[in-house]
Amino acid sequence: METWAVASICVLLGLTARWTVSLNSYSGASKAPMFGDYEAQRHWQEVTFNLPVRQWYFNTTDNDLKYWGLDYPPLTAFHSLLCAHIANLINPDWIELHKSRGYESPAHKFFMRATVIFADVLIYIPAVVVYCLYLAQGSSKTKSSALLCILLYPGLILIDNGHFQYNSVSLGLALWGVLGLGCGHDLLGSLAFTLALSYKQMELYHALPFFWYLLGKCGKLGLTGKGLILLVKISLTVLVSFALCWLPFLFDPQQTLQVIHRLFPMARGLFEDKVANVWCSLNILVKIKTLLSVDTQIYLSFGTTLLAVLPSSIKLLMKPTFWQFRLALMNSSLAFFLFSFQVHEKSILLLMSVILSAPPFVLLSMLPLLLKDNLFQPYIITSLGFIVFSLYLFSAVDRSSVDDLRLGPCCRLTGTNFLWFSFSTVVKLQFALSVLTMAGLSFMSAALEPPAKLPDLFPVLVSACACVHFLGFLLYFNLVQLTESPRSDKKKIN
Amino acid sequence: MAAPRDGTLSWFLALTLGVSLIKFLLIKAYHSTDFEVHRNWLAITHSLPVSKWYFEETSEWTLDYPPFFAWFEYGLSHIAKYFDEEMLVVQNLTYASPATILFQRLSVIFTDLVFVYAVKECCKCVQGGKRPRDILGSPSFVLAVLLLWNFGLLIVDHIHFQYNGFLFGVFLLSVARHFQGRHLEGAFLFAVLLNLKHIYLYIAPAYGIYLLRSFCLIQDNSDGSLKWRNFSFIRLAALGIIVCSVFALSFGPFLALDQLPQVLSRLFPFKRGLCHAYWAPNFWALYNAADKALSVLGIKLKLLDVAKLPKASMTGGLVQEFQHSVLPSVSPLITLICTLISVSPALFSIWHRPCGARGFLRCCVICALGSFLFGWHVHEKAILMAILPLSILAVESKDDAGVFLILATTGHLSLFPLLFTTPEFPIKILLMLLFTLYSFTSLKRLFRHGVAAGRGQGSSPAGDSEQEFGVVRLHGLVHSHDPQRYEP
Repeated sequence: METWAVASICVLLGLTARWTVSLNSYSGASKAPMFGDYEAQRHWQEVTFNLPVRQWYFNTTDNDLKYWGLDYPPLTAFHSLLCAHIANLINPDWIELHKSRGYESPAHKFFMRATVIFADVLIYIPAVVVYCLYLAQGSSKTKSSALLCILLYPGLILIDNGHFQYNSVSLGLALWGVLGLGCGHDLLGSLAFTLALSYKQMELYHALPFFWYLLGKCGKLGLTGKGLILLVKISLTVLVSFALCWLPFLFDPQQTLQVIHRLFPMARGLFEDKVANVWCSLNILVKIKTLLSVDTQIYLSFGTTLLAVLPSSIKLLMKPTFWQFRLALMNSSLAFFLFSFQVHEKSILLLMSVILSAPPFVLLSMLPLLLKDNLFQPYIITSLGFIVFSLYLFSAVDRSSVDDLRLGPCCRLTGTNFLWFSFSTVVKLQFALSVLTMAGLSFMSAALEPPAKLPDLFPVLVSACACVHFLGFLLYFNLVQLTESPRSDKKKIN
Repeated sequence: MAAPRDGTLSWFLALTLGVSLIKFLLIKAYHSTDFEVHRNWLAITHSLPVSKWYFEETSEWTLDYPPFFAWFEYGLSHIAKYFDEEMLVVQNLTYASPATILFQRLSVIFTDLVFVYAVKECCKCVQGGKRPRDILGSPSFVLAVLLLWNFGLLIVDHIHFQYNGFLFGVFLLSVARHFQGRHLEGAFLFAVLLNLKHIYLYIAPAYGIYLLRSFCLIQDNSDGSLKWRNFSFIRLAALGIIVCSVFALSFGPFLALDQLPQVLSRLFPFKRGLCHAYWAPNFWALYNAADKALSVLGIKLKLLDVAKLPKASMTGGLVQEFQHSVLPSVSPLITLICTLISVSPALFSIWHRPCGARGFLRCCVICALGSFLFGWHVHEKAILMAILPLSILAVESKDDAGVFLILATTGHLSLFPLLFTTPEFPIKILLMLLFTLYSFTSLKRLFRHGVAAGRGQGSSPAGDSEQEFGVVRLHGLVHSHDPQRYEP
């Protein structure tokens, strides 16, 4: 069948999955007085529509920052404003100042769900289609399978269309950035990524690779000639686009500071809730959150994050190829997720954007959040579907020889020989183990009651297991990136 | 002749799993009053003795399916009690707790396994293409998708709520058995089907004529005409025993209880009116519309007296009897005669010149269409009875594929009013687009290189084909042509 037909069918299936998951409950449904992320988004529409720009990020009589104050960069605020204007045309009650707090109705739910999917269709899905069809390698069957699997990725669907968020916008824009860089359109790529960063500050997870890749590329072209021109052009593009996005907040230094203060709430501590990163897991053994002062915590996480990201960054700077760039994206996001400050479970989504084989633990780590939102049923169905289909379409477990996993150079360098197990058996075992653990923990979290002395037992177990897995992946991807030999540039895994 | 399977069936499993996952995702979707209908029947069959099943009237949704379906609900009710016992209380009208919804939806998904098995059997019967390596382009694969992912079946069963998957599974299995030459099994399955849902009476004539002609008459003369001497009474007796025993099992208890008239009046409620509340897009819909138009015109031109016209409005959404104002009124007998007239050419054709199982299937489709167009109180969901069997013919013949595409697309569009809620609106659009896009591209690809085994490509060389055209109606064009000689 023609590629356009297959791609269309994949997109339609992805949209069907999104709309059917949208039938379910959302974050904080009927849970007065604070509700959840759904109410937060509605509240931002209310605030941006009714209040002048200079009040958006400040605590005023009309804008109570404690009730879901804006804590994303300006582009989110402008997006909310746009949605608010449309909401105003349909039913002004939805965004009436103060009175619309906690507003819930079937029509409103449909409107909000529609805004998410509209953003999906406009930004994220085209990026994925272009990426799979033009940038990925392999036969058309492989490309279509990759397209289908990425579009059916449960994590994004459950968070965006279930829990309720707009991650597809920032992820989509970041993906357009990657696409731009991959096709050689560095300026457009930089522009797209700047927009992504101005939408959600979490995209900082991906910022360093962009920076080092472009810097390295300019360096390779010669810092006195073409390289310098390119560097200037990129810098101008970035600065101008930042300026345009942040324009209303740049006139008054107080405004700028306040926005930054809202984006990076340092006072909130090393982590909140149960998240699958190192600090939360470490906290089980050593109560670092209470032992260290907030300042020390900030420096500690800053330092360890930089350290974790250092090897990959240096390698990328020395060898700015697209393949290295993709690996660095993975490493950087893993490092930031594991070590940085105030990480949320949803940030895990940032790990899946480039590489297809998202491990089951990414999904599992979101389970506690999804259970709270009554999204267990769709979680099971979509996870099952995703795992089964990626296994079927890619025979993932078969591609586990040393060469396929790109550990060849590493093994040669370190002289390691997996003597007593064949490598593929280890990988298959690991995969089977992670799926089993995921199933087991999912079942326990949903069906069993934790013991009275350890009420958070299951979320903690889930986070800890996931954290261990992510550390493993950080190690693996760092090894692959660092030991890549010059000749293996041509082959690329999809 | 059954064709060998192409490679392993892993793709079949993947297709089944995929559509099942969508079905699971639709659990939370809107469900119609049919949900309450089935919950009520679960309650009736579980809580009351058999003698009261067809008399129970607490709910307006009285039992109006044949006894086997009642027993089916009875079986389900024993599993239902583990989900939520309250749903089995007859007085709990419109009871719809989350556990009830989950149970009912799961019951539809799991009974669909019958349909899955039947589709597998049908795929085995379809002749493979010239390039067996290309699984995605093989007729079996295309047929599997067209049946398993059929849009109409998905939204009627898994959103609107019904058990058509299970019933069509029995029907397609019966068809597959006829293709495989296992006629007694096919007849048995059809008898069971009639006792599960009597709407399949629409295609009973096709079965009757086909079995009589192609099964009971063992051999034809050399010129294909009848050879009465070869009439096998044994086979006729076997058929008779099978059918009669199935009906005896089904209606026996009610005959013994002297309740047969009551059961029959429940099964054939002619008081319900010529058209359903939502008009099925059939001939009588046009007839009603014409009558309405003429009456409006008549009033404008002062030819009719407003006071003398009957008051009942046909578009009122109520189900009741009424008279036509200008055109002659239509009684159930008239609809029966019209139906029989419309299907008799096809029946005559398979009697006079039988063309094996494919001819029989074609006749089934025509009977379904004829009954849909001219029947009494037809539901628009009945169009599925024509679309699903036609899928089998569509993957083997280019002409049939063309008819199928028109029929399926318009038939599915006509099902849209069934889902009128806002949240389900994008879902039905997406699923419709999916099915339509796939059916068009895959069938086009199938016949682009003349891959099909040279069947049904128009007139046979001998020039003895007849072309019959059915009613050209707003919702589609139907034509049938005399199928060529096939081996049974």
